Amino acid sequence: MFSKSHLLRRKILDKAMWALATFSLVCIVAPLAWLVWGVVGRALPHWNWSLLTTKPGGANGGGLSTLIVGTLVITAGVAVVAGIIGIGSGLYLSELCPEGKGKILRTASEVLSGVPAIVLGFLGYTVLVVEFKWGFSLGAALVVLSIMVVPYIAKATEVAILQVPTAFREAAEGLGMTRWQTLRRAVLKPAAPGIVTGLIIALAIAMGETAPLLYTAGASNNFPTSHITHSPVGFLTYAVWTDYNQPLAGSAELSATAAVLLLVIVLMLILLSRLVIRVSKKYSINNSHGGR
Amino acid sequence: MQATWVFDGRSSTTVSAPGDVLAPSRIDERDSGNGVGQFARNDRPMSILKKVFPKGDTLLVWFCKFLSYLPLLALLGIVGELFFQALPSIKVSGFGFFTTSDWKPGSSYANPISTSGVMHPPGAHFGIVPLIVGTISTSLIAIVIAVPVSIGAAIIIVEKLPAKLSGFLGLSLEVLAGVPSVVFGLWGVLVLGPFLSHHITPFISKHAPNVPVLNIFKGPTGAGEGLLTSGLVLSLMIIPIIASTCRELFRQVPVTAREGARALGMTDYEVVRKVDIPWVSSGIIGASVLGLGRALGETMAVAMISGSVTGTFPANIYSTMSTIAATIVSQLDSALTDSTNFFVSSLAEAGLVLLAMSLMANLFARFLVKRVSGTALPVGRGV
Repeated sequence: MFSKSHLLRRKILDKAMWALATFSLVCIVAPLAWLVWGVVGRALPHWNWSLLTTKPGGANGGGLSTLIVGTLVITAGVAVVAGIIGIGSGLYLSELCPEGKGKILRTASEVLSGVPAIVLGFLGYTVLVVEFKWGFSLGAALVVLSIMVVPYIAKATEVAILQVPTAFREAAEGLGMTRWQTLRRAVLKPAAPGIVTGLIIALAIAMGETAPLLYTAGASNNFPTSHITHSPVGFLTYAVWTDYNQPLAGSAELSATAAVLLLVIVLMLILLSRLVIRVSKKYSINNSHGGR
Repeated sequence: MQATWVFDGRSSTTVSAPGDVLAPSRIDERDSGNGVGQFARNDRPMSILKKVFPKGDTLLVWFCKFLSYLPLLALLGIVGELFFQALPSIKVSGFGFFTTSDWKPGSSYANPISTSGVMHPPGAHFGIVPLIVGTISTSLIAIVIAVPVSIGAAIIIVEKLPAKLSGFLGLSLEVLAGVPSVVFGLWGVLVLGPFLSHHITPFISKHAPNVPVLNIFKGPTGAGEGLLTSGLVLSLMIIPIIASTCRELFRQVPVTAREGARALGMTDYEVVRKVDIPWVSSGIIGASVLGLGRALGETMAVAMISGSVTGTFPANIYSTMSTIAATIVSQLDSALTDSTNFFVSSLAEAGLVLLAMSLMANLFARFLVKRVSGTALPVGRGV
């Protein structure tokens, strides 16, 4: 039947495939490690804790304090705006809407996630900043960033809710709970870890965005004010983008430091989302929700 | 006697009227209640809620309904507004926008002139061909590298690795997806680009054969900013989307099919090649197209790495170039100085082209993946 050389060829092919697959893993992990090392290696020699507490600007570039606060304010705003819209629409699409209708809304939301960030930033500038006369502002930035991440939060909410076993709803129904009680206690509560995880990841993405913010949040060296409009906000990614090729002494280091801070925050958010899943699995009766 | 007949007649109408509107829905609801019918009806638990609380908490439902219409409205608004803003440019540039390659904002000091009723600076001429070429070529490089790497990684994560290690790799993919694109850009322009131009590309350029297709690897290698570096960084950025989708797809291949193949004496390679990949092939294509859509629209990294040269075609794979997205972000600043707003309008038309390209890729990808698997593609960056 099969000659020896035929068998040998198959065995070699098999080994070769696993070798290639292993190599592809290296192709993912090695550049990631190189990237982290490359960025950290540029920031660490000039690391100074005062960078976190001094304002940007001045002769030697200054620090990043206002930009850190700006990024946190923007992210918190996105958490509120996009969180409400995303969770609400995910709830509607998974639990409340009649069957045919959800399809169009869901597709629209998914397609919205494919709109390039720069298109959103461009329109944010021409429409919100110029036409609506909001000026460079927190409000414009929040609208644009929320449009970006709402699809993600909606999808995460929907998936988390669909994973709640039907038996939970039946039990709630059997106990005579009202619709809102059922939703809150039997559906949203077990789905909460999944929703929170999606929200955290969405915030990590929003925090790292630059293109939608450049022409909406503007640029500022001062702390964010309490005005929603007409008050530009500085943010960390702006420093990475602007300072990396500035001739001023210290600005390249500032850019790398901002990049390291962004990496650290993103990594912390991702780890936090994993922690949420792990803790919720530990304390939940059934383990059906959460990823594999 | 007659009374019995009337009773019989009545009972027969209530029980056996198949056209009755109430009867089928009653059966339907009972089915969805016991879980079996539920499964058959595509697992939509809402019908239970509807049955028990037909009118409860209407306000909340309406609020959620309103919220879920917002993405649709935003999408329509984006397309409509972008088209509206691009109109002056469409009127003036016409079809030439897609056939010429100049990218000149014109003289902003001279008096504006009028063409087909639209004011614009004299000498202004915008042609998008080099930008489309740049956008597509960087994305193609990214796809060519990212797809095999992602499939290989997904296979080994699903098939071979112990749970702990595959968890770690999942984390790496998530981190890779979470790295901000400016940080990719920073790394590309400060670390990867110089490394390539010092150690790798001169060697490739020297030894590449001078035959058609492969001669794009010949010629001056530049300083590391350009097509190749952009494509490489883009590939790294879209690997998480493609790899995590492929991972989910491979997990959905039924065990029985694979066990059958193994029982026939197939090697691991043959199982993957003849069972796993064919089973989800259109899903893999869909994932790749989704990655392509992401690469087309990626802005900041490319704006930092590409060298931002408009109006010329890349001469070889190391040439500096620009993409639509990168051009918009780096030129919107100067476009704002054009008092006639024609430059901004041209950028809007460029954005419209980009939007059309990435939305088509996105829709096509979702269409393909939904055919294979019930769980649709990841939204966002594929975390």
